[in-house]
Amino acid sequence: MSMKAIVRQVDSVTVVDVSGRITLGEACKELRDVIRGELGKGHKSLLLNLADVTYIDSSGIGELVSAFTAVSNQGGQLKLLNLTKKVHDLLQITKLYTVFDVRDDEADAIGSFKSA
Amino acid sequence: MEPEASVVEVNLESNLANVERAEEAARTVAANMGFDEEGEFHVEMAVHEAVINAIHHGNKEDPSKQVHIRFLVFEDRLEIHVRDEGQGFDPANVPDPLASENILSDSGRGIFLVRKFMDEFRVEKSPAGGTDVIMVKHLTTRFQSNQGGTGREHEGNSASG
Repeated sequence: MSMKAIVRQVDSVTVVDVSGRITLGEACKELRDVIRGELGKGHKSLLLNLADVTYIDSSGIGELVSAFTAVSNQGGQLKLLNLTKKVHDLLQITKLYTVFDVRDDEADAIGSFKSA
Repeated sequence: MEPEASVVEVNLESNLANVERAEEAARTVAANMGFDEEGEFHVEMAVHEAVINAIHHGNKEDPSKQVHIRFLVFEDRLEIHVRDEGQGFDPANVPDPLASENILSDSGRGIFLVRKFMDEFRVEKSPAGGTDVIMVKHLTTRFQSNQGGTGREHEGNSASG
């Protein structure tokens, strides 16, 4: 299954529902294009919902880091929502879990942008 | 003398679209050997990263070059060889992705994950040409991680059987 990224707007937050495999190649490129596209529109509060991500590899993890850096560099915030156990474990192993703001409730995550 | 290993071989063209075939083979071999779900995932992920490395960095995605994967199934362990037809690399030159200066790097975590998920990892120049990445995972780690204190009994049984 390839990757899909569906963008929706909730209040001032852009939620990206990502599903499938985030791996080297088209998937990483597509995710990068979506994030850069939203930044280009001035959307700087981004919430990546990873609930339906079935697989992520080292390049996919790198793409999340790249997205985080790109958004931060524009003065925005990128947060992660609903990590699967595998993604959670990979972020722990790579010591990235504390780099990202990770949430498991969408309403709570949306609210956290408002208070930021 | 150790019994001969059963061997499963998969040869792939250097196309990233083929990586899933290698993963499927890894998952099937690991499941048939009796690895638990976590062990299967670790083997699958290690093979994924090693094959990506071989296709992307080793063979430079040249479709005329192949990636050769051999699964050697022993009673107590799985040994996996992933050989490319490229120039090779020195794992000692791969930066530590956990170092503070690399933590926000967007690459360089593949080999690190392979080392984390497998019990042994080494890189050799293959006599047939190219680079051979060799990874080993022992079945006994399954008992250690799942059954805590009873792990020693299982290891003992495994060693004597």
